[in-house]
Amino acid sequence: MSDSTRIGAQAADVLRVTGVSVSLSGRQILADVSFAVGAGEFTGLIGPNGAGKTTLLRVILGLQRTAAGTVEVAGQRHARRNPAVGYVPQKVLLDPDLPMRARDLVALGADGHRFGIPVPSRARRDAVAEMLDAVDADRFADARVGQLSGGEQQRVLIAQALISRPKLLLLDEPLASLDLGSGQEIISLLARIARQQQVAVLLSAHEMNPLLPVMDRVVYMAAGRAASGTAAEVIQGDVLSTLYGHHVDVLHVHGRVLVVAGTGGGCASEDAAFATVPAREAS
Amino acid sequence: MHRIYGWVFEPGFFASQPVHVALVIGGVVAVVSAVTGVFTVMRGQSFGGHALGDVSAAGGSGALLIGFSPIAGFVGLGIVGAGVMDLIGVQRLRSRDLATGIVLGAAIGMSALFLYVNTSSGATQQILFGSIFTASSATIGVVVILGALALATLAAICRPLLLATVSPDIAAARGIPVRLIGIAYMLALAVSVGLSSVATGAILSTALLIGPAAAALRLTRRVSTAVVAACLIGVAAAWVGILLTYDSYYWGSARRLPVSFFIVAVVFAAYLLAGLCSRWAVSRAATAAVTQAVASADQIAA
Repeated sequence: MSDSTRIGAQAADVLRVTGVSVSLSGRQILADVSFAVGAGEFTGLIGPNGAGKTTLLRVILGLQRTAAGTVEVAGQRHARRNPAVGYVPQKVLLDPDLPMRARDLVALGADGHRFGIPVPSRARRDAVAEMLDAVDADRFADARVGQLSGGEQQRVLIAQALISRPKLLLLDEPLASLDLGSGQEIISLLARIARQQQVAVLLSAHEMNPLLPVMDRVVYMAAGRAASGTAAEVIQGDVLSTLYGHHVDVLHVHGRVLVVAGTGGGCASEDAAFATVPAREAS
Repeated sequence: MHRIYGWVFEPGFFASQPVHVALVIGGVVAVVSAVTGVFTVMRGQSFGGHALGDVSAAGGSGALLIGFSPIAGFVGLGIVGAGVMDLIGVQRLRSRDLATGIVLGAAIGMSALFLYVNTSSGATQQILFGSIFTASSATIGVVVILGALALATLAAICRPLLLATVSPDIAAARGIPVRLIGIAYMLALAVSVGLSSVATGAILSTALLIGPAAAALRLTRRVSTAVVAACLIGVAAAWVGILLTYDSYYWGSARRLPVSFFIVAVVFAAYLLAGLCSRWAVSRAATAAVTQAVASADQIAA
């Protein structure tokens, strides 16, 4: 159940992951992961903690060696230093005393890899202002970036990642430390950016419900394996049971989806990790 | 007027050759330390800077013992120390304290040995607390060249270093060699601390490194402004410190009090003052916000 279900994987794919396997000190983290992301598509990388989401993102970024498989970003085999990829890592802890305005951090996204002292220029200032505007961060552009709220920092980090005009934006658990309202705002912002700027978004999360209205595609991960397709194709009892390696049920409650451990005597330790609500209450 | 002038600048200050040398070395060291210090404070490596000061002390006392100029030991062993700290893992958050502590302990032990074996009088004072008034004008050339090297390194790597400081993950994804950048920075720090050892002594070499930078960072939210402000504070501290030391000869004891004391005192005062300034700016901004709110409330009421 990889991306074979996907109809018409066109040449326009901005990301193509084929048969990627990763082992870290003898443990298999990723097993034969394959999927593709089309230009401007919003893709959710969903799965419980420890499913291999962060490792997969690191593979795409070229920061993690693979035992097998290939990754193609915008037609190129190596993503490292690839300006076609923007990246917002997990849990960026910005020191409140950091002498840096939101605007300065965005500028570092444009030329942070260059050597030498930056030369201020009109073009640089304009590009930064445009990005801040695109993520609705003008209001706090001149505030110390470390003193902004979690949601505001997330916006600045997204602007920082977008300024190099990537074709693919990777975000690792951007909703993890946000309250529901700020999370919702970030999701609609990303959906708007994907649509307007034709940037494909690949966002990892352990909770899929907030993403359901905007996702074009789901890559569901469990125990190092992945299944991809539309939400309707992937979020099904039999598909996810195969992925987890034991029986799970997919329940639809008031338009929300809950993946819960089946009653058929599964592996208890993993159940606790991925169940959205305790299995007892759901059944 | 003339009397106040004479009271501030005791006789012979501007004619004195050792004072000229001290002002030049103090100024250069203050600038190099201030620029390096802004990055040190941002990266949270003040303790690492102090450990390199202790390594510097070991190097300086060792060099003196075998008849070399202390500055060769200050900088030379400092660079070795920076390398060892990197090997132990100073760049990983969890082993940072460990790397610093181990190197610091070893360095102080070596200094204790070298200074004990060295029976020439004044060695301890010179290495630990500085010798800016006894520095020869030949030292100026060495200080300027090494200082320029450290500054050039920092200028070259400033943007990747900043990005790696903010987020090593983002930096690595952008293709920045985070480890190499970290090593280059540690080398610049070692040179800077080594030079500082000449001015304020190895033990106090962090005074010009951390104090001016920390004060500057309280005043501004931009790195570039912080660098300039730190330089101004550092140079002012060094020069005022040298002046007060010179003057202290005429304060009755007919002895010169240690220059490191005065420099550190001025740095500390600047840090406190910067704190007051930033508080004042915050309360002024708050007052402005309240005034504006009251004004708009008045408008609504009217």
